[in-house]
Parts: sequence; C-alpha cells; structure tokens
Amino acid sequence: MPVMAAEPWMTTSGEPTSLYGEPSRFARLQRERVNAHPYGPAAGSSSTPLQNLNGTITPNSLHFERHHSGIPDIDPAGHRLTVFGMVDRPLTFDYNSLLRYPMQSRILFLECSGNSYQNTALDAADMTCGELNGLISSSEWTGVPLHFLFDETGLDPKASWIIAEGADASANNRSIPLSLALEDSMIALYQNGEPLRPAHGYPMRLLVPGCEGNISIKWLTSMKLMDQAAHTREETSKYSDLMTNGIAEQFSLRMEVKSVITTPSGKMSLPGKGVYEISGLAWSGHGSIRRVDVSADGGRTWAEAEKQSEPGNLRAVRFRIPWQWNGQPAMLQSRAIDAMGHVQPTRSDALRGHAPGLVYHYNGIQSWRVNEDGRVRNHYA
Amino acid sequence: MRKLVFLLLLHAGVVQAELGSHIKIRLGVAAPENFESVAAPDGSGLPIGSGSVTEGKALYINQCAACHGLDGKLAGNAIAGGVGTLAGDRPFKTVGSYWPYATTLFDYINRAMPYGNEKSLNANEVYAITTYVLYLSGIVGENDSLNESSLIEVQMPNRDGFRTAKGYVSASLHEK
Repeated sequence: MPVMAAEPWMTTSGEPTSLYGEPSRFARLQRERVNAHPYGPAAGSSSTPLQNLNGTITPNSLHFERHHSGIPDIDPAGHRLTVFGMVDRPLTFDYNSLLRYPMQSRILFLECSGNSYQNTALDAADMTCGELNGLISSSEWTGVPLHFLFDETGLDPKASWIIAEGADASANNRSIPLSLALEDSMIALYQNGEPLRPAHGYPMRLLVPGCEGNISIKWLTSMKLMDQAAHTREETSKYSDLMTNGIAEQFSLRMEVKSVITTPSGKMSLPGKGVYEISGLAWSGHGSIRRVDVSADGGRTWAEAEKQSEPGNLRAVRFRIPWQWNGQPAMLQSRAIDAMGHVQPTRSDALRGHAPGLVYHYNGIQSWRVNEDGRVRNHYA
Repeated sequence: MRKLVFLLLLHAGVVQAELGSHIKIRLGVAAPENFESVAAPDGSGLPIGSGSVTEGKALYINQCAACHGLDGKLAGNAIAGGVGTLAGDRPFKTVGSYWPYATTLFDYINRAMPYGNEKSLNANEVYAITTYVLYLSGIVGENDSLNESSLIEVQMPNRDGFRTAKGYVSASLHEK
C-alpha cells in the first residue's frame, strides 16, 4: 500500500479502452486562429501553437492550415490524378491504385511562405509564438515518389515545369520546376502514419520538401508537364517578392534558414527569477541545421544551444539551453546556421531590399523581450 | 537494382516466386481525351470563346463587384489602379499594376471565381469578365472584346517587372 494519500484515480477503475483517442482534459490544445479573410473565413489560415508543443513532430490535429476556398470533403472514389501535357502517355491514377505503388517515408518540415509575416509589419504585435510563427510543421510524410509516375507516363525531354492543380474550389495551381520536383518530391498519402486529413490534402497532395508550402498542392488532381511556367495567380500576384526597385522576384521557392524560441515566448509570464530552459525549433530548406546560437542579451553575446533531436536533411531540430534569469529585463534570440553555411539574418537584414508591405519568406531573428515583471513580449531588436 | 528469385518447393510441384524492386507496377489508365487544366501565357489551355467589355460589365456588377467594388478598387480586394506605384513608398499591387500576363487573369477567374460559386461561368463569360477587369485598369478600350487569340496579345503594364529567383532561392534574403 502506498503511504501517500490516495488520489481519486488511484482507487477506481478508469475509462474503458476507446476506438479513437482524445487528449487529457487537462491538456487540450488548439490551433491559433490568426487570419480569416474578410470576404470569407474559408480563405483564412490557422497556425500551430508552437509554445505548447515539444519535440519536433506536429500532431496532425494541430498542423497549421492555409486554405484558399476551404476544406473540401473529397470522396476518394470520385478523385483522380491525371498526368498529361509533355508526356509520352497521358495517364490517370485513382486513389486505390496509388496505394499499391512503392512509397517512401520522410520526416520533413513544411512551412508556409507567409510564416512570420506579422513581423514584417511596422509595429511588433503582442502575440504568442504560434500566432506569429506557427505556419511551420514537422511530419513524417509517406507517399509515392514522383519518378514512379513519370516512369510510367514517360517524359518529353523538353518538359521543364510541372503545373500542379488541386481539386478544391480554388483549384489552386502552381508551376514547379521539374528539376526541383524530381529531387525528392512525392505524392503524399499518409501524414504521421494515418491517411492525410482533409485539411492537409486528403486523399493526396504533392509534397515538395524544403520549399514554400503553397507549391505542395493539396487535393492534387492534375499535373501538366510543360516547357514553361504557367505564371498562375499564385506565382505572380501572390508569393512573389516585390523589391524596392519595383522588380519582383518570382519562384523563390526554397525556404530559408530560420529558428524560433518557442519557450519562453510571446505572452508568457515567468513567475520569478531563476533557471529556465530556453527551447525552440530550427530548420532550413537548404538542408540540415549545423548549429543554433542563443542570446539572452539581445545579440550582444551568444552561446551554442544543444540540439536535442535527430538532425536530418530538411528536418526541423529541437534546441535547448538553460538560462539563469536574474529578474532584469532581457532579450531572448536564436540564430540558426545551416549545413550550407547560411546564417539566419537579423530582422532589418531580412527586410532589406524588400518593398513595404507583406514580405514572404521572412526569416529574420525573432526577439522576445522579457520585462522585469516576467512578461514576455514580441519585440523588434 | 537487386533481383531476388526464390524457388519454393511445394507439395504440388515447383512454384517460382519473384520478388524485388525491379518489378514495375503500372496502374495508370489512359487520360481523358483533350484533358486540360491551365491557361498559360503562350495561349495553351485557353478555350475557344470571346467576351466584350459591355458583356463583362453586366456580369461583373452582378458577380464580382460586391467583393471588388464597382470600380475594382475596393480596399483589401482591389484589382484595378496602382499603375506606376511599384517602386514607390506605397506599392499598390493590382491586376492592372502588377500582373504580368492577361492569361493569368483568365485562368484564375476560370478556376476560382466567383468566390463561393467557383466554376459557374462558361468560357464566354470568363472572357467577358477578364476583358472588363482589364478595362477597369485602362488596358483595353470600352469597345473591345477579347478571345483565345487576342488575349495573349494584351500587353500588361508590368509585363517586364518579374525575374526568376536564381536557383529558385530568394537571393535578397540569403546573399547578405
């Protein structure tokens, strides 16, 4: 018999087994609802509550969402993937057929090109880490490498672009360089072991590792092979980078080296001076993360953080470093360096050359100011 | 590629089982005839049809103006105006000021508009609304109409305003 006082759950049987799991009622999490389009909530986004998670894997129910015309309710029996254009044999595949193809599984980050865009605004918004930076996830994706389908259709040697299209009402379409897609893209069918959820592309999506999430077309229904880009709305009007000289960069697809401290982070309150673990995530579309430095004095001094998760190509890593808070105002920052040697820039360096307004691919260092009262707040250093 | 061939001896005789990644699975079936998905700047994918500014105006007022404004300049969803602002302090990106190709406008209306009633417009209606939206930015005249041939001849004001990022990497962000 235990000597301690018995808690209620120690003295009676608990709930029976269940067919589908639920989180503890003491640990229910939800996405951050950040941005609903004024003309229709179906065109908005929700982000991952990074400040409430640990490790590197994002639970599917908390994976960020960005939809252009809502989440379609697709019956896979009525869904087709057609590969056509500059191929030898235009072919159509159904869901059950694709399930029989060879698959690969990879743990990869997926980041929206607009992640952290609030930090490109003039004033630092007092928001949580997830609200500001939560359009990033890590999942184990399982699917059919693209080359299996192209082996079957044959490719015209002049084909150089894939125009991928979704089956949702927005029929979102993007041009993807064939050379980039053939590196390691797949038709993803499973996410973290289960069939894709509707919000993430069920029954199938394109997955282009390391690149802006918008080209990993959800609800994928066609791929046209062409010898030129189609210059769709999503790669001209949007997802292009207007510079101060009036010229816009197009097809800047790879995501840059980036990191963010997830705890302590925005809107948290530290209960008092003492030891805290600074922890966060780092990732790069150029490969693996070489190191992450952390500063508690606004970038005057840096210390190398410990990487706590298995590093890997195009994987996010979890980093940590203990911090002794003396109760004085402090400024927490993290700075990632990837295997190619790219160094995460300061906010002002990241914005230099960009025209005013929303900036895609923003990867500036996130600064969290810790006030004397322990309140943590987004800050522009 | 590794080839594994196992010979299995069974009661009834010898059965050869073949295993290995050299075995190709081929389950694609012939795509539908004339399948098409996208209208591109070279005119590929554009359906036959035409529409005028006059026809487009009536459709636009009923189906587009609520979100974009009668003049196409409703704040937050503007599709007209802003020509010449891109290099200034307040760049204003619209169809007229920013989009490099008129085919993009056709393709987008055709697939994704009107919001909430997508793919309800026929080809002539899409040409008509496309023509009217171009008219709102002064790119075509009030008596003009466009079809699958003339649409690709439209010169957008910002036609030369884009460059492809080197290596598909945003050079401005990492070459510092």
